[in-house]
Amino acid sequence: MIPYLMCFGLFLTGLYGIITRRNLVKIAISLSVMEFSTFLFLALIGYIEGGTAPIVDPADPVKVYVDPLPQALVLTAIVIGLATTAMIMAVIIRIYRKYGTFDIREIKNLKG
Amino acid sequence: MNPLIPLFVIIPLAGAFLIMIIGRFIRDFDKYFATLVLLFLAVVSFWFLFSTGEKVTVYKAGGWEPVNGVPVGIYMVLDGFNTLVLCIINLIGFLSVFYSISYMNRYTSGNYFYSLFCLMVAGMNGVVISGDIFNIFVFLEISAISSYALVAFGVEKNELEATFKYQVLGGIASFMILFGIGFIYWKAKTLNIADIRIVFSTGYDRTYYLFVQILLLAGFGLKAAIMPFHAWLPDAHSSAPSPISAMLSGVLIKAVGIYVIIRLFFNMFAISQAMSVLITSLGALSMLIGVLLAIGQWDIKRLLAYHSISQMGYVVLSVGIGMMLISKGMRNEIAALAIAGGIFHLINHAAFKGLLFLNAGAIEYAAGTRDLHEMGGLARQMPATAATSFTASMAISGIPPFNGFFSKLIIIVAAVMARYYLLAVLAVIVSIITLASFLKFQRYAFFNKSEGPNTGKIREVPFPMVFSMIILSIICLLLSLLVLPGIRETILTPATDILMDPSKYPSQITGI
Repeated sequence: MIPYLMCFGLFLTGLYGIITRRNLVKIAISLSVMEFSTFLFLALIGYIEGGTAPIVDPADPVKVYVDPLPQALVLTAIVIGLATTAMIMAVIIRIYRKYGTFDIREIKNLKG
Repeated sequence: MNPLIPLFVIIPLAGAFLIMIIGRFIRDFDKYFATLVLLFLAVVSFWFLFSTGEKVTVYKAGGWEPVNGVPVGIYMVLDGFNTLVLCIINLIGFLSVFYSISYMNRYTSGNYFYSLFCLMVAGMNGVVISGDIFNIFVFLEISAISSYALVAFGVEKNELEATFKYQVLGGIASFMILFGIGFIYWKAKTLNIADIRIVFSTGYDRTYYLFVQILLLAGFGLKAAIMPFHAWLPDAHSSAPSPISAMLSGVLIKAVGIYVIIRLFFNMFAISQAMSVLITSLGALSMLIGVLLAIGQWDIKRLLAYHSISQMGYVVLSVGIGMMLISKGMRNEIAALAIAGGIFHLINHAAFKGLLFLNAGAIEYAAGTRDLHEMGGLARQMPATAATSFTASMAISGIPPFNGFFSKLIIIVAAVMARYYLLAVLAVIVSIITLASFLKFQRYAFFNKSEGPNTGKIREVPFPMVFSMIILSIICLLLSLLVLPGIRETILTPATDILMDPSKYPSQITGI
């Protein structure tokens, strides 16, 4: 149970960072923390007590394997996460060039 | 097994890559190739609409057949409901890309624009045809990342601020969805929507089930900009280039938001009283508050963006009324009427909101401003834009004989027949406020005395833009034919049937 609680704590840490930080880069880092807590959760649900890597060994039919599907999901999700992180970092660099600041309080052209 | 189904993803993906490679060497290759791709997809999706009917067609990627009745591998599904959504995605996509041929002359690097556009269409088509919940997430991220880039396409201050806000909120939504998928997999040990329904129908932990439902509703609700999650929409939709605003407001929030919510809550989860009340009240709330926020807007595109929130509220409200009636287990024909009204309004909204954003783009193109204070008297100089935007304004405010009237009428009649009088009155009031807001738009933009600095130099926009707007306004008129008995049975009834019948979708897909 403890790994699940720690993973949930990581999610909340990321959410706290997004809400309270004022620096754009720190917000992006908090998003990554949230992202990795979901990846950790997906990896955890595929784990089976005492299981080994899911490579079938015909010599030992009673061997316990961990569930390989969540691992495939995590790999896909990591690639997607890489794309979103790259995208948000590119946007932050552009914002810095236009506004000259990373402070979110000074970026407020749009309202209403 | 229909081998043509994956074409909806493969063709726009291949188009996106070809545009990037060949577009470097051949001038103007990007525009015409993207138009051809979208035209082909639109034709194919209409062909599927008329040939699918009540059937459910499945494509199993790699030919992986079910093992002991449990589906393995990736499934792509076509049924009465998602062919309709495919049609609106590809049709609005084709008209927007045709409109961009002259609109995007003001921007540089057209290659990137058309390539990202094809990528976004590929993602949306993928979300709609996907039969398992993880692929919905993957395709949703494809369309989301390309839409982040497209919102920022102008790379000015406003665009960048809007896209940052959109990305942070969209990111949180994606993680909620991923968490929800993880929780479902934990208990059900499967990702196929039909199979999850079958696994959960044998019994489940009620609290756990509710938690997963709330997570997924919050995630997809953020993507669909339902009321408490709407903050990113007005910024993102008003900062994007106009054809992209038409795609985002007309199609994206439906394909990745409302469509998935309807699909999951009807075909994957068993309908429960608590969730249906929650969905109905969210719909009513976003319908009312969206329109109240729209009243005070003077920027045309912001005004239209707030109306998108309000009109999506109508769809969610009527679908929620249908769910409430089903969860009580009585009066199924009224529930079918409410759901049909919701789906009908979803299609109509794609047509008239796409048209309104194209009109806003035409005004911006010709007059160089989006502020209603600085326009006036455009009806004389831009007759085509004025006429089409009048059509769309009347359609969105529910004036007969335009399509918006009939869908709102069905929703209100269904609410009255279900004895939710308060919701019916609310829908009427919101419709009246919408009319007031669009009369303001018409008067200040087209019929007022002209006050702008460069009023004399304004000309009608070029042919591709006029063509797209006229076609969409004809569609606005033609869609009202869907209410006629013979046509309704072939188009709307298959869509409601697949949602209403709890056993049809899973049994058709798993083949049990």
